[in-house]
Amino acid sequence: MNANPIANILSEKKKEQEGKIVLETRDIKISYNGEPAVKNVSISIPEHEITAIIGPSGCGKSTLLRSFNRMNDFVPGASLQGQVLYRGIDLYGKDVDPVEVRRKIGMVFQKPNPFPKSIFENVAWGPLINGYQKDIYERVEKSLQAAALWGEVKDRLNSSAMTLSGGQQQRLCIARALAMEPEIILMDEPCSALDPGSTAHIEDLMFELKQKYTLVIVTHNMQQASRVSKFTAFFDAGNLVEFGETQNIFTRPKHNRTEDYVTGRFG
Amino acid sequence: MKNSAVCLTFDKNVFQRRNSKRWREEFIKAGLFICASVSVLTTFAIVWILVSEAGAFFQDVSVIDFLFGTQWTPLLEPRSFGVLPLVCGTLLIVVGTALIALPVGLATAIYLSEYASSNIRSILKPILEILAGIPTVVYGYFALTFITPLLREVFSEVQIFNAASASIVVGIMVLPMVASLCDDTLRAVPDSLRQGAYAVGATPCEVTLGVVVPSSLSGIMAAFVLAISRAIGETMAVTLAAGASPNMTMDPFVAIQTMTAYIVQVSLGDTPAGGTAYQTIFAVSALLFVITLCMNIFSKILLRRFREVYE
Amino acid sequence: MISRNLTNRYFIARTFHWFCFAVAWIGVLILAILLFHVTREGIQWLDLQFLSDFPSRFPAKAGIHSALFGTLWLIGLTALFSVPIGIGSGIYLEEFARKNRMSRFIDLNISNLAGVPSIVYGMLGLVIFVRWFGLNQSVLAGSMTMNLLILPVIIISTREALRGVPNTIRQAAFALGATRWQTVYSHVLPAALPGILTGIILALSRAIGETAPLIMIGALTYVAFVPEGPMDDFTALPIQIFNWASRPQQEFHELAAAGILVLLFVLLLMNSIAVIIRHRLEKRSR
Repeated sequence: MNANPIANILSEKKKEQEGKIVLETRDIKISYNGEPAVKNVSISIPEHEITAIIGPSGCGKSTLLRSFNRMNDFVPGASLQGQVLYRGIDLYGKDVDPVEVRRKIGMVFQKPNPFPKSIFENVAWGPLINGYQKDIYERVEKSLQAAALWGEVKDRLNSSAMTLSGGQQQRLCIARALAMEPEIILMDEPCSALDPGSTAHIEDLMFELKQKYTLVIVTHNMQQASRVSKFTAFFDAGNLVEFGETQNIFTRPKHNRTEDYVTGRFG
Repeated sequence: MKNSAVCLTFDKNVFQRRNSKRWREEFIKAGLFICASVSVLTTFAIVWILVSEAGAFFQDVSVIDFLFGTQWTPLLEPRSFGVLPLVCGTLLIVVGTALIALPVGLATAIYLSEYASSNIRSILKPILEILAGIPTVVYGYFALTFITPLLREVFSEVQIFNAASASIVVGIMVLPMVASLCDDTLRAVPDSLRQGAYAVGATPCEVTLGVVVPSSLSGIMAAFVLAISRAIGETMAVTLAAGASPNMTMDPFVAIQTMTAYIVQVSLGDTPAGGTAYQTIFAVSALLFVITLCMNIFSKILLRRFREVYE
Repeated sequence: MISRNLTNRYFIARTFHWFCFAVAWIGVLILAILLFHVTREGIQWLDLQFLSDFPSRFPAKAGIHSALFGTLWLIGLTALFSVPIGIGSGIYLEEFARKNRMSRFIDLNISNLAGVPSIVYGMLGLVIFVRWFGLNQSVLAGSMTMNLLILPVIIISTREALRGVPNTIRQAAFALGATRWQTVYSHVLPAALPGILTGIILALSRAIGETAPLIMIGALTYVAFVPEGPMDDFTALPIQIFNWASRPQQEFHELAAAGILVLLFVLLLMNSIAVIIRHRLEKRSR
């Protein structure tokens, strides 16, 4: 046993949390200018797994995802009631700085949006502005490797990110998010702007990433959800209709609405 | 229980920003805010100064006498402070400017947006911008040394200083602005409107005059109002070419004096500061400011009405 | 009957087309005439002596030296203040200020200021800088007045340039845990730089050509020396041109034309530099 009491407590807490919930919402309601977009949602995201959020367009999936890293703060008129807890800490608490939240919870967007700078600068910028003191080249290489892009770009790190293909740009965005070493990675329809080949690449990548990180992805592609995720949440019109293991959602859904959606009767 | 409480506090610090980083951000934000407040302070300064200096003037001269009097001789005995001759001079310039800049500007804009190819646009628009960028004193010189002699050859009764050549030149000055604004307005009209008109067999002229121009009327009027506002505020061209004789006339061939030219005349002269005669420049400035402010606000209202229809 | 009506309509349509075409090129024609006239009148006086002599009562000995350097001083000092304040204001208003009624009021305020006649700014400069601050007729007073005049122009074009940067860039930066200033400084500002630069050059070009505000603060029209410090008296190119053009003698009119050629050359130089810099910046970001 370690002589340091705090280290003991931390390692015990860690063992407690293995296989546990890393992010949960308690009865949250998100509105835009008074119009509710997400109503009474309580959901728990387990660690080191991929959780998918599916549902028809406009049902509030992206809004919910953005509430996890406080990106809704940028939408004028957006308000949230309820609690979003990250390892027991309310992310919307008084003393919580949203900037720091986003360091721990990263995001990849629907359309790849690399900065109009070099590949190296794209990945290095995040750590550097957050005060990274150690070897930045190592961090960039590690992140690009984790995003399965290193082989393709290692000889042209100084060329512009805009010269990459769509699929490569999205992997660059993933590398950029990984460079911050977050705990959770949120992905908002990451493959919807890509061709099937790149999509397959990224889905493979997701499997590798979940060993180190927790992934929450929003997708309107049901096949993707069933291929990739362990847990799935089905949303409709702002309500969480059903949440459970992906297998069950797709083969033995409990609600009629869920069944209608996964069998393609609407949406 | 005790263990988890300690961990919670320790973990909570994860989301609090280091103080140094926060202070730097706040400091920069404050600096930027100070920059932004300069323009707000400018407006307050203008209003404050105009009100207080013009206010001092109106202690000695009644507002009615000022606004409605028809004799303007503040620098010579017998003194008279009726500003109407100056307003009339400005008005004459404005009428001349409007007669030139508005039709020519609108026709240019119609050509640019409805007929010209993108190659021609890329030549014509920069040329218009150059025209707009030429300093006003150059236009004043042009009026005095080219336009006035030209006018005198055609009409023998034209005086050396006259309103006509000044207003022609101000019209040229304002033309690019009218053309550019009207061009933006016409291009904002959705193509579907044009297609619909062509589909019933209308000629391009009929489509333009019958559909496109009427739908962009508020925007075009906004451009006109802005152009007039600019003509009202124009100084150097009228000072050089229109003269320094306050005159209540509608004859474009005689010398007049505009509000702006009067202010220049006093600034260049030896009128002692502080006297009522000197204070006249503030009273006239105030009048000028109020008029142009009203016109600018009016044009903005017109523009908003145009945008409401299409956005 | 129908075919005759159609012929008429086509005739009108074609006439209208040619009418608009002709009118549109009037602007070009006028520019050509103006440049031709000025060159014809002034070119004979344009030589090295003209550039190095001071103004004089005798046309043969008159030169534009003091005015040229006065203008250079003026532009230098004006750029020194208006560029940072203008860009800073634009950044604050576009990226930091919350969009509420107060910010809409400020928007209205700035666009009104852009439309205020330049002579009112002259009056503002006279009272604030010459009287209250006691700067008299110095280059500093002139440039501070110009600052206020061109500030709204710089702010408006800065804001437009910032608005042109796609929001996805900001979102990507925020998602990495960047503060607003880090995002603006590292990504938004560099992307908006070409547009901002164009706006600055436009504003400074306007400042070079403005005469009325300088007359109002009392810039002297007969100055036979070059300013050596910001508190010195000065004259400027447009004032010298105005001075010569107001005299009745033909030679002074021709001198004015020569001065105009110098002024136009300075403007051309500035705008060309701007185009080159802008081209370089846009190439770098590709």
